[in-house]
Amino acid sequence: MSQVLDTPPPTATESAETPAQLAARYGLSVSGARPSLPEYVRQLWARRHFISAFATAKLTSQYAQAKLGQVWQVMTPLLNAAVYYFIFGVLLHTKKGVPDYIPFLVTGVFIWTFTSSSILTGTRAISGNLGLVRALHFPRAALPISFCLQQLQQLLFSMAALLVILLFFGVPVAASWLLAIPALILQFTFNAGVSMIMARLGAKTPDIAQLMPFVLRTWMYISGVMWSIDKLTDQQSGLPSWVAPVLKANPAAVYIDLMRFALIDSFHASQLPPHVWVVATGWALLAGVGGFIYFWKAEETYGRG
Amino acid sequence: MANPNSDERIPTVICDGVDIVYRVNGTGAGRGSATAALNRMLRRKTAEKAAGVRRVHAVKNVSFTAYKGEAIGLIGTNGSGKSTLLKAVAGLLPVENGAIYTDGQPSLLGVNAALMGDLTGEKNVYLGGLAMGMSREEIKERYQEIVDFSGINDKGDFITLPMRTYSSGMGARLRFSIAAAKDHDVLLIDEALATGDASFRKRSEKRIRELRQHAGTVFLVSHSNASIRDTCERALWLERGVLRMDGPTEEVLEAYEEFTEGGSKPKRANPKKPKPQKQEPAAAEAPLSS
Repeated sequence: MSQVLDTPPPTATESAETPAQLAARYGLSVSGARPSLPEYVRQLWARRHFISAFATAKLTSQYAQAKLGQVWQVMTPLLNAAVYYFIFGVLLHTKKGVPDYIPFLVTGVFIWTFTSSSILTGTRAISGNLGLVRALHFPRAALPISFCLQQLQQLLFSMAALLVILLFFGVPVAASWLLAIPALILQFTFNAGVSMIMARLGAKTPDIAQLMPFVLRTWMYISGVMWSIDKLTDQQSGLPSWVAPVLKANPAAVYIDLMRFALIDSFHASQLPPHVWVVATGWALLAGVGGFIYFWKAEETYGRG
Repeated sequence: MANPNSDERIPTVICDGVDIVYRVNGTGAGRGSATAALNRMLRRKTAEKAAGVRRVHAVKNVSFTAYKGEAIGLIGTNGSGKSTLLKAVAGLLPVENGAIYTDGQPSLLGVNAALMGDLTGEKNVYLGGLAMGMSREEIKERYQEIVDFSGINDKGDFITLPMRTYSSGMGARLRFSIAAAKDHDVLLIDEALATGDASFRKRSEKRIRELRQHAGTVFLVSHSNASIRDTCERALWLERGVLRMDGPTEEVLEAYEEFTEGGSKPKRANPKKPKPQKQEPAAAEAPLSS
C-alpha cells in the first residue's frame, strides 16, 4: 500500500458537478462570511448574556488575588481622586474660585476615567484577545462592548463612593440626581462607539495601543477634569474667545459637565454649553452608530492573517 | 465510509481548492531598524516582502467533500497544516484561493480562551457555555451533567475553587467537559482526546461518539493513531500543506505509519520553501507526540 494520492478523493467521483454547484444544490454557505447588518445586530443581541457575563468575569477577576478583594473596586478610584486632590487642589491651588471643589474634582475624575479606560481597553479588545477570537464564533463587537460594560460596572462602584463623598461635603440630595442616568446612558453609547472604532484600528495596527495613553492624557487636560474650563479661559488667560466653547463642546467635557450639573448643587446650568443635551445625544449617536458600522465593515478580518 | 443511515449522501463541508497563507510581521529585515519600519508604513502593499513580511503557505490546494454522519480524522506530521485547515473550515481563518462551503456554522471544540483562571470552576462553566452561544437556561440544565462528566468533584468540592488552583489534568478535563456540552452541526476537534487520565479518556471518547450521532460531521485532529482508528472511518493525510491521501482510515493510516517510521532524514520544518515537489518521498521522522 504505497500509492500516494495528490489529487483527492475517491469520494469526489459522484458526478461532474463542480464543488460550487454541489454546495449550491445543498444550500451550503461560504464559511466565515460577514453577516448583513441586521443579522449582525440580531446575533449580537443573542449574545447579550455572554457580553454581560464576560464583563462581570473580567471585573471580578481583576482583584481576585488581592487580600482585600473587591474592596479595591471602591478603593482604587478613591485613591486616584485623592492623588489628584493633593496635586491640583493643594499644591497648584486650582480649587480657587470653584465651589465644592472636592465633589467637582472627584466627579470629573470618575467620569473621565470611564471614558478613557473604555477607549484604552477597547483599543486592545481584539488585538489582546486573539486567542478568543480565533477559537470561538461570536459577533466580534461583543468584545469592545463587553469591555465598556466592565468599565460601566466599575464606574457604578465609583459612583457609590461618590455619593458618600457628596453627602459628606454637604451637597444636598436633589431630584436632579436622576439626570445622572440619561447622562450615563449617553456616555456609555459614546464610549462603546469610540471603543469599536479603536478596536478595529488596533486590530489592524497594534502600535496604536502604545500611542493611546498620550492621546488620552492630552484629552484629559483639555477637558476640564481637574479645573473649570471657564476659569482656565477667562480674561487674564489671554486665550482667544473661541477656545472655551470649543473645549466645552468636546464630548468628554460635555459628559463631565452634565454629571456635575446633575449631582452638584452649586454647579449651575449657566456653566453648561448651550444645547448641552442635544450635543451629548449627538456625540453618542454619531460615535455609537458610526462606530458600530465601521467595526462591522471589517468583521470577517478580525483575528486573521 | 459510506453513510450508514441514508442512501443519498448529503455534503456538509466542501473544500474547493483551498490555499491558506499566513503573513507574519516583523521577521528578518523588518523590525529593529527604524528605517525599515518607516518603509513598511509608507509602502504598505507594494513592498510586503522588502518590509520583512513573510508569507507562510500553510495549506496548498486542498479539496475534499465531507458528508453527513462521517467522522473524519486529520493526520500528518507536526506543522503540516492540520489545525490551520480546521480553523479555516470553522471560518476563523481566511482562504487565499478557493472556497469552503459549510452547512451551518462549524464549531471548534474548545473554549480555553474564554475561561479565566481567577474564576471558580462553576463560573467558568457558565462563561464558557455562554461564549459557545448556549443560553443560560441550557447551561443550567446541563450544569450538573458537565460537572459530573469532568469528575472535578470526585475528590471533594473543587468546582467552587478558582480554576488556577486546579492541576493541569483537572483543568483540561473541565475544559473538555464544557466544550463537549453543546451539540454542533459540524464539530471540529483538535487533539482534545489527549487530556486527562485513562478513565476520563474513555469517557471522552464515548462522549465524542455521542456528539457524532447528534452532529452532522466530525473532524478530529490527533497524533494518536489509536484514537483516530477508534473514532473515524475516513482519514485525510496532510503533509506540508498538501493533501496526500484521502480514504478509509485503515488504508491511510497504514501508509502514514509506513511514512513516519520509514524515514531516516529529519523533517525540515522550513515553511518558506516555496513549492515542495509533490511527488518527492519527503522522508520524515516520527512526530514526538505520536
